[in-house]
Amino acid sequence: MPKLSAILTLTLSLILGVAGVWIAYNVNMLPVSASINAPVYDELYRVLFIIGCILFIGMTALVIYSLIQFRRRPGETGDGIDLEGNISLEIFWTAVPAIVVLFVGLYSYDIYDRMGGMQPLMHDHSGQMDNQAERVWGGIGSGPIESSSTKNSSSLPIELTAMQFAFIFHYPKGDIISGELHVPVGREVNLKMESKDVIHAFWVPQFRLKQDVIPGQPTILNFTPTKAGNYPIVCAELCGPYHGGMRSNVIVDEQEDFDTWLKENSKESI
Amino acid sequence: MTISLKPSNSPPEKLQPSGWLKYLSFSLDHKVIGLQYLVCGFLFYLIGGSLAGAIRVELISPLSDFMPREVYNQVLTLHGTIMIFLWIVPVVNGAFGNYLIPFYVGARDMAFPRLNAVAFWLIPPSGLMLITSYFINGAAQSGWTAYPPLSITTPAAGQIIWILSVLLLGGSSIFGGINFIATILKLRRPGLKLMQLPMYCWAMLGTSILVVLSTPVLAGTLILLSFDIVAHTGFFNPSLGGNVIVYQHLFWFYSHPAVYIMVLPAFGLVSEILPIHSRKPLFGYTTMVFSIMGIVVLGLVVWAHHMFTSGTPPWMRLFFTIATAFIAVPTGIKFFNWVATLWGGKISLNAAMLFSCGFIINFVLGGITGVALAQVPFDVHVHDTYFVVAHFHYIVYGGSVFVIFSSIYHWFPKFTGKMLNENLGRFHFIITFIGFNLCFAPQHWLGLNGMPRRVAEYDPQFQIINQISSVGALLMALSTLPFLWNILQSILFGDDAGDNPWNALTPEWLTSSPPPVENWEGEAPLVLEPYGYGEKDSNNT
Repeated sequence: MPKLSAILTLTLSLILGVAGVWIAYNVNMLPVSASINAPVYDELYRVLFIIGCILFIGMTALVIYSLIQFRRRPGETGDGIDLEGNISLEIFWTAVPAIVVLFVGLYSYDIYDRMGGMQPLMHDHSGQMDNQAERVWGGIGSGPIESSSTKNSSSLPIELTAMQFAFIFHYPKGDIISGELHVPVGREVNLKMESKDVIHAFWVPQFRLKQDVIPGQPTILNFTPTKAGNYPIVCAELCGPYHGGMRSNVIVDEQEDFDTWLKENSKESI
Repeated sequence: MTISLKPSNSPPEKLQPSGWLKYLSFSLDHKVIGLQYLVCGFLFYLIGGSLAGAIRVELISPLSDFMPREVYNQVLTLHGTIMIFLWIVPVVNGAFGNYLIPFYVGARDMAFPRLNAVAFWLIPPSGLMLITSYFINGAAQSGWTAYPPLSITTPAAGQIIWILSVLLLGGSSIFGGINFIATILKLRRPGLKLMQLPMYCWAMLGTSILVVLSTPVLAGTLILLSFDIVAHTGFFNPSLGGNVIVYQHLFWFYSHPAVYIMVLPAFGLVSEILPIHSRKPLFGYTTMVFSIMGIVVLGLVVWAHHMFTSGTPPWMRLFFTIATAFIAVPTGIKFFNWVATLWGGKISLNAAMLFSCGFIINFVLGGITGVALAQVPFDVHVHDTYFVVAHFHYIVYGGSVFVIFSSIYHWFPKFTGKMLNENLGRFHFIITFIGFNLCFAPQHWLGLNGMPRRVAEYDPQFQIINQISSVGALLMALSTLPFLWNILQSILFGDDAGDNPWNALTPEWLTSSPPPVENWEGEAPLVLEPYGYGEKDSNNT
């Protein structure tokens, strides 16, 4: 009897585990990936999802199996087995999670590094950023491999001012002010952000990136869009009554379209 | 040097009201105070739950159409504050701690009975103050985190009342923590060693250390914040040269340990319930103790994982990623030990057992998403989204609240001398478990796909999932009804429970139900093996 239910539980968990892996690779649980670090993020997500599925299904199966197998039958009296512990089991289930956690930690460090998290944040294009680099915090730099593969041009500096309840983008080149973010495909954008009032957060789900926009303390976010399209910019930090309505768009254009947009708007603002 | 065997210094019985009136009095009896905490906490849970219901109604449609936007922010602020500071923290610590700890250490009362009563009586006025602030000038609307500068720029009256009330509740929590530490370390019955205590004592010792170390930091922070609001100082106000990030560090230095203050006692309670209903010793007592202490130490150095998208330098992100992920190790040990406790038992599938097992399943999922959230690159996408909302509700509701229900089913016969109806209890469990998972599981998807938290309006593409979540919330609300009916019918017509309906070994069951004022008629029993279950027939025959 115990063998049959054990085999049943084991088979069922195996099927569920395989289903989890299949889901991780075939069901799209994330929005479109539209920046260089988005596929890297999705890879991390997939690995975490598979590990999570195995652990969750395994633990749940153990609990449900125990509840069914060791349930008190009608009319049954007495206690269970007199088992107070087992040192080798304890060592086993201390070591295994420690190894899993260590693996996940090292792997996510690698992912973070590939996203450019360990890179210096400021790419010195204007020559005056040296002093500021020390006090600019947060954000994610540009990936080392990716930035060299997309060296079609240097990065595009844009300044973001957030306020209740809008994002205002300023392009130093052409002195354009816009409520929407226009960026070209394949070029690194260097977003320098500061808030006028309270803390906001700049989040583009399709870029898998988020950074708080903080009053009194500039933050930086570097990203490289890879796919033309229109994506939402969402404020992710509670900023007041209209927080839910504080949204904008990032319009990722092909280089020509972006140049046209830049030209048209520069004229007006000069 | 113990005074545990002498009658405690409570006043003569005739000075204390008898009957149900004693629950409204400044009673010094730890059992009365424990039940005061429990009932008071449950009333606040109903209020906090109604606020959650209002939030879920607002989110049925993508437009902000159910309540004004300011009110929505007040509702979410009150919901978080009430559920944390007036329901879970007071109940898992104050209610069960006060009721059980003196029994477990073999004492007649807590170390400081008057401080204990003061700690409880701080709660109802501060809770009422918090709620009435809504009717006076609008409650606080900057979330339970009260990040400046938003908390400085929103209407001051509500925010100041919020600060006052959280300060009082924090004070209550500190008094309780000091009392638990003193009771566990100093009032133990002679002959009872620390390593012979039931696991809940260790959980409460660890929790109380966290409370005493970290709550004063929150108090100091909130006092500085109130100076910024009232006296226009510039500690956290950037327009006066203040630093908003410092507030976040100080706030989370308390508020991350606060999560362990909510779940560690729950871990302790589950460790009491599982062995009794599976008739087996608690598996791995020693490693359980060390894992609690491991969680306490690690819990103090992980706070900045709430700030991965704020101003945080890369080295800090990495340190807190690793520290946070490693909490999974001692936590995992506890879960494996619980499953091993079930293994080979003679398990009664009663409501207490079902809620405890529901807790294990829910918390494992919350723990897995927690390890994922600890990873910086993962967190930068889902931070401050519904993914996080789902994660922490799996921890605090799927974890702590499931354990609270489990504990009520388990200890109700001791509290009242009456049995609860097990079939109603199982029905309550099924509705709660389905409702809870229906409400919060889909929110993981919402967060991954772009819905931020704390919004009254959202992208219409998320409407269906939000409606599913709201149906789950409705089920959760309805699940309270069979529970309340169960309590009511049991108090009125319930079967007599007897002293020890579960045939348990821990000291609270070795006295009458409900227990007398001094806990035991005679000398306190010396229980050296609180988990001595299991067939030893091979030795006997």
